[in-house]
Amino acid sequence: MSLRKDYVRPIDFKHGRIDMTHGAGGRVAAQLIDELFARAFDNEYLRQGHDGALLPLPGAGRLVVATDGHVISPLFFPGGDIGALAVHGTVNDVAMSGAMPLYLAVSFIIEEGFALADLRRIVESMAAAARAAGVPIVTGDTKVVEQGKGDGLFISSTGIGVAPPGLTINGRQARVGDAVLVSGTLGEHGVAVMSLRESLEFETAIVSDSAALHRLVQAMLQALPDPSLLHVLRDPTRGGLATTLNEITRQSQVGMLLREADIPVLPQVAAACELLGLDPLYVANEGKLVAICAPEAAEPLLAAMRAHPLGQGAQRIGTVIEDANGFVQMDTRFGGRRVVDWLSGEQLPRIC
Amino acid sequence: MKYIAEYRDGEQARHIAAKIAAEVRPGHSYRFMEFCGGHTHAIARYGIAGLLPDSVRMIHGPGCPVCVLPIGRIDLAIHLALERGVILCTYGDTMRVPASDGLSLIQAKARGADVRMVYSATDALALAGKHPEREVVFLAIGFETTTPPTALVLRAAHARAVRNFSVLCCHVLTPAAITHILESAAVRQLGTVPIDGFIGPAHVSIVIGAQPYAYFAEEYRKPVVIAGFEPLDVMQGILMLVRQVNAGRAVVENEFSRAVTPEGNVAAQDLVSQVFELRESFEWRGLGDVPYSALKIRTAYAAWDAERKFGLHYASVPDHKHCECGAILRGVKRPTDCKLFGTVCTPETPMGSCMVSNEGACAAHYAYGRFRDIPVVTA
Repeated sequence: MSLRKDYVRPIDFKHGRIDMTHGAGGRVAAQLIDELFARAFDNEYLRQGHDGALLPLPGAGRLVVATDGHVISPLFFPGGDIGALAVHGTVNDVAMSGAMPLYLAVSFIIEEGFALADLRRIVESMAAAARAAGVPIVTGDTKVVEQGKGDGLFISSTGIGVAPPGLTINGRQARVGDAVLVSGTLGEHGVAVMSLRESLEFETAIVSDSAALHRLVQAMLQALPDPSLLHVLRDPTRGGLATTLNEITRQSQVGMLLREADIPVLPQVAAACELLGLDPLYVANEGKLVAICAPEAAEPLLAAMRAHPLGQGAQRIGTVIEDANGFVQMDTRFGGRRVVDWLSGEQLPRIC
Repeated sequence: MKYIAEYRDGEQARHIAAKIAAEVRPGHSYRFMEFCGGHTHAIARYGIAGLLPDSVRMIHGPGCPVCVLPIGRIDLAIHLALERGVILCTYGDTMRVPASDGLSLIQAKARGADVRMVYSATDALALAGKHPEREVVFLAIGFETTTPPTALVLRAAHARAVRNFSVLCCHVLTPAAITHILESAAVRQLGTVPIDGFIGPAHVSIVIGAQPYAYFAEEYRKPVVIAGFEPLDVMQGILMLVRQVNAGRAVVENEFSRAVTPEGNVAAQDLVSQVFELRESFEWRGLGDVPYSALKIRTAYAAWDAERKFGLHYASVPDHKHCECGAILRGVKRPTDCKLFGTVCTPETPMGSCMVSNEGACAAHYAYGRFRDIPVVTA
């Protein structure tokens, strides 16, 4: 007697919702993983089907690992969603040490009742972002929490990359006289997300700048005769440019002097910030980087950035100066000089 | 940005600065109080102090709504949120004001209180509609600028008979506070706070008009120049004050004529007087009890008055004994005169209210002007 093949009811991706069984590890959970996650993310490492992915050892250099939790609200926003953001954010964190990102691991915490249609949209967007970045998602996990114990969906992602031997790019390398560069206009991500917030909804054409920056970083490194001229890379996400620069001055024990007139901000972002009482210098970016380099590297780096689609708006915005207090100062358009301080409190909660 | 950039133009600023420098009399000092936190913020953010001659000194006034809220008022809100289970809504900065027992509304939230930040009074009323089973209380703060929106939602709640909504009214009045400062011993007799003139409020004046200041100019012989919140407005306002002082005049002048009229927004004034009446006395942080300086909700709207609805009784709570917010709000001290400034009191861990709002004298100086206190090597 031959066994009849089990009937498996197809997942209702149109009207279905996540329930507790989707996280229970039984057949229902396995089906969701097979039909949604494994299918969307498909690659040779994920196909191994182990608890952990076995990966080839990269060649020479140093391993770089970065991890990032994503709790953005709302999950879908102009220019992206939590899925693409989880890929871009982690790829960028790896890339900011000058490394080439190689693999991603992702974990989903889903609230009971979450619409499967939304989950599919997010997973597919994540798969597309990973594919476009050329960084496969090699392992993952899903958990379901009871209704009210999570807010829809949280995604945590970990990236692994490899930095070439001898390359040291980090926040402690800024030196007096260095140039401070940004790859483009600031504040779009935060304002795009903000525009959808409950009680604040306003119509805007501003879209998030969410993007993977590793290829821009590679182009920048290749533009330099000696990659060690590039001292610091950082993506100014939460807390914006101001917070990132303050982190760097603290780590490197230097100061900075910026010129407000040189800091690129789209007029519509400036207008939205004016209206909301925000300062674009503190608003999050998800597809921009700050580079601090030896003065002679500034021009070649700017040229390389501007030649890349993600760095067209690159500008030199200031100079690293000596300052034991670690102040970031700015010459304002108005003619005064002021401190650009750390962000205090939460300007925009749950922006990434 | 059109209509904004024009008021932040550096070349114009230098032009006005040169005029101020040329017109101040040698050996004469000019001390002007900017009443509003909005002006304090602009002065710090755009580095206006650095553009003025040494003989012109700006004294920060008490016009920061978050800063003048006394601890006891925040305690009432925390009590409602923690003990009475209400949804407590308020404007952003109010959440961080330190109150009794090391608590603030944001810390009460972390202890399980349902505290929500809203961008407008209307949002608070909308929350009541969304949660008919819960009591929603709007902690209403601010000067004459934020009072009309609160009046509007009270009228709407009354008209729609929304029973689960009420307002904890902490609205205060600008002219009463200015009188209080001018009447204070420090200004009148001791001369410890010599004030030669006022930069008059911007947005407040849009509502109340320019007329209410005539009394100060006449009775106390102090020039008043109503100025906008943009940096060029402030510079021009200072120049106009210098000219009045030089000419020995003391009148109300209106630099902000693009928005402020002599009589103000009469519709808003009518609305406010329908819903609110004067409180006999209200405690201000820094100024103490100031007679007829605040508003309370009229009896017709008693059902929406959180103080009546929840039987709340105000109890005065003294500030931290080393906190100089009071003296700073009266213009007697500067932020850097306070022992706590920048040490245990920072925007992250504010001890006093002036460090909370970005309109507060301490927070503005900490965020934008601190480098002037500490020598730095510049490029």
